[in-house]
Amino acid sequence: MQDILSVSAYNGKAIDLQEIPQVSITQFRTTIIDAVESGCRIASLFAMFSKADKRQLYVVLASDDEDKLYILSAEVNDSYPSITVDCPQAHLFEREIAEQWAIKPVGHPWLKPVRFHQPYRDVPDIWGRGENEEILPSVMEFYHSDGEEIHEVAVGPVHAGIIEPGHFRFQCHGEDVLNLEISLGFQHRGIEQSLIGGPNKKTLHYMETLAGDTTVGHSTAYCQILESLAGCSISHYAQTVRGIALELERLANHAGDLGALAGDVGFLPTASFCGRIRGDFLNMTALICGNRFGRGLIRPGGVGFELNSEISEQLCARLRQEEKDLAVAVNLLWNTPSVMARFEKTGTISAELCGQLGLVGVVARACGIECDTRLNFPLGMFQFAHIPVSTWHTGDVFARAYVRWLEIQKSIAFILDQIKLCPQGKVKTDIASMGPNKFCVSLVEGWRGEICHIGITDSDGVLCHYKITDPSFHNWSGLAIALRDEQISDFPLCNKSFNLSYCGHDL
Amino acid sequence: MHLERIINLLLVIVLSPLIFGIINRTKAIFAGRTGQPLLQSYYDLWKLFNKGAVYSQTTSWVFRLGPIVGLAVVFATATLVPLGRLPAVIAFDGDIILFAYLFGLMRFFTVISALDTGSAFEGMGASREVMFSALAEPAFLIGLAAISAQRHSLSLTGMFTGADTAFGAYILPVQLLVSFSIFIVFLAENSRIPVDDPNTHLELTMIHEVMVLDNSGPDFGFITYSSALKMWLLGAVLVGVLVPSNGNVWIDMSLSVVSIFVLAVLVGIVESSMARLKLLRVPQLLLIANALSILALILVLR
Repeated sequence: MQDILSVSAYNGKAIDLQEIPQVSITQFRTTIIDAVESGCRIASLFAMFSKADKRQLYVVLASDDEDKLYILSAEVNDSYPSITVDCPQAHLFEREIAEQWAIKPVGHPWLKPVRFHQPYRDVPDIWGRGENEEILPSVMEFYHSDGEEIHEVAVGPVHAGIIEPGHFRFQCHGEDVLNLEISLGFQHRGIEQSLIGGPNKKTLHYMETLAGDTTVGHSTAYCQILESLAGCSISHYAQTVRGIALELERLANHAGDLGALAGDVGFLPTASFCGRIRGDFLNMTALICGNRFGRGLIRPGGVGFELNSEISEQLCARLRQEEKDLAVAVNLLWNTPSVMARFEKTGTISAELCGQLGLVGVVARACGIECDTRLNFPLGMFQFAHIPVSTWHTGDVFARAYVRWLEIQKSIAFILDQIKLCPQGKVKTDIASMGPNKFCVSLVEGWRGEICHIGITDSDGVLCHYKITDPSFHNWSGLAIALRDEQISDFPLCNKSFNLSYCGHDL
Repeated sequence: MHLERIINLLLVIVLSPLIFGIINRTKAIFAGRTGQPLLQSYYDLWKLFNKGAVYSQTTSWVFRLGPIVGLAVVFATATLVPLGRLPAVIAFDGDIILFAYLFGLMRFFTVISALDTGSAFEGMGASREVMFSALAEPAFLIGLAAISAQRHSLSLTGMFTGADTAFGAYILPVQLLVSFSIFIVFLAENSRIPVDDPNTHLELTMIHEVMVLDNSGPDFGFITYSSALKMWLLGAVLVGVLVPSNGNVWIDMSLSVVSIFVLAVLVGIVESSMARLKLLRVPQLLLIANALSILALILVLR
């Protein structure tokens, strides 16, 4: 294993395709299983089809302990022995590969469609659905329990809060949940496929709307890919602005989540104030670039807008004010016994389970696992300024809320520091065309967790494959597991504490 | 005498939706918002009564019957409750029991019309409602039994308009214990925080609201109006237990109306200052109400 994984890659550094170790599928499988057992995470696992009908599996393993990334590749046929059997966190990736390319992971214990579409190559899909058959989301066999007192509750796809569509099936015994199965795919737009042959004028806009609340995160990951495939670097100034924008996005979403958590338990004061403060943070992003979600701000080669001294001053003043307001509103949560009674010991995930499922971001840190792309695989601004990792050990709703609060405090401090130290520099540099036959991994710690983009160029230097892994893709299974043996009435609270993206998962 | 009875009934019919307005205004002030108009619930009712209703194909006549019976029953209940020293339209020995079980009848029809939809959500809501009301009912009846024993009457009018309602005749611990117990029952029966959250959109956590998810238009208007009436009537009982009478019928009446509005403000304050209980903890709260009522009864019978 050590020999195969001797080549380590870096976040945002393009490598030649030939440099990636090629192994047999058996070796590929055992290496992944061994690596995950010894503490690595699967950051991404996907299949690529070249024009010559060569099927290639790629895996990016992230070791949070060693701060290293490992890339490995193997050729496959129409089927291979499933990795999931010995490594549960591969399960959704394998289902995705099976659905996209009709490559069957033999022995997969939960082989169901992910996004409900026809395979990308011209073969019948592995579930035997006809080529011209219309495939509807959530039409599949659901896990179900039988018994006198067992009942099934189906929620969605229309969400009560009219947010995004997703379908949830609960198997309940009275108020207790035996099992929750989540079926998504309603928002599938086919973004990855539309990027092949790119980038073109649409690409950046696709990235900005991949998951509407993570515009800065995803567009930063994408721009890092373009820049490194082209071998360009951006100015320190542009990196600073990107870093500030990323943290502002985190602030807005974390503040909104804390308010929504309070709202879900019916605790009015924090719900109302955090709702307002979330808007204030969004307006700070709008102050920089004119759009509350940061659209148009992150551009290949730098940023689209300048952060002049007038804006900086206003930003600092507003941040200091919000910091005070937010402290009052949020501390009220921790000091109200009725709120804590709802948050504590609800939807608990153990650190061990978290490792097995390969969860990332706030959820993983709330289980006491120190993983944060900003620390482990720093790129851009975070190479020069570190944000301490915030963790809590209980793994329940409280931990997920509290980690958000710790991160809010640290992000505000970070932004204030960066504005003070902000250097002068070029807003945007022109980037060259991309090199041929390159492979690049770009990781960004979005507010939900690790965003992983992978770009591969062909011999002409255009994208021949683009793989996006939103943190939600890792974490949805965490939510399903967190609900086991919980009260069904606590589902909305648990769901909000994860606050995962539907369209980020569905792509 | 007849005039007073009719005024009592008119006050219930006209003023009860105002309670929602007062609760919402209190919550808005706590949240730093302007809030909706005080009369919003009247506008809402007007809007609902002018709409058409949509019925699911899986429902039967039971579903359509529910809201109408609910409203009829709550009107019937309104004839039993005195306000201040305004007597009820109908009063007889033992009307306490009828009062409690008319609400039971209303609940029965809400529950079967919810079950009639065949929806998993409404089934869950119905099971929760039945379970919690089974625990709230003894607390309410035992509490009233204590007051009944103290004031030597078996009818609501006798209990709340008799000579024993002057402050001098109070056994203060009994009055306080029963009031607190009925206040908990009041919150539970009217699906307020900490038992239920009337504002939530999350159907998995609801109790009462989820049972009426499928109702629309005038039917939903009936349900909303019934719950306003129910809130007023339970509030009137609570006020009858706690607020002493002063001798003048009209002063007592005004005092009682103001007290019901103060109660609404109190509900708003509770909703603004605490989170909802975990569903499993709700029975414990209702058991507290039972304990308080039993204690009051022991104090009276001692």
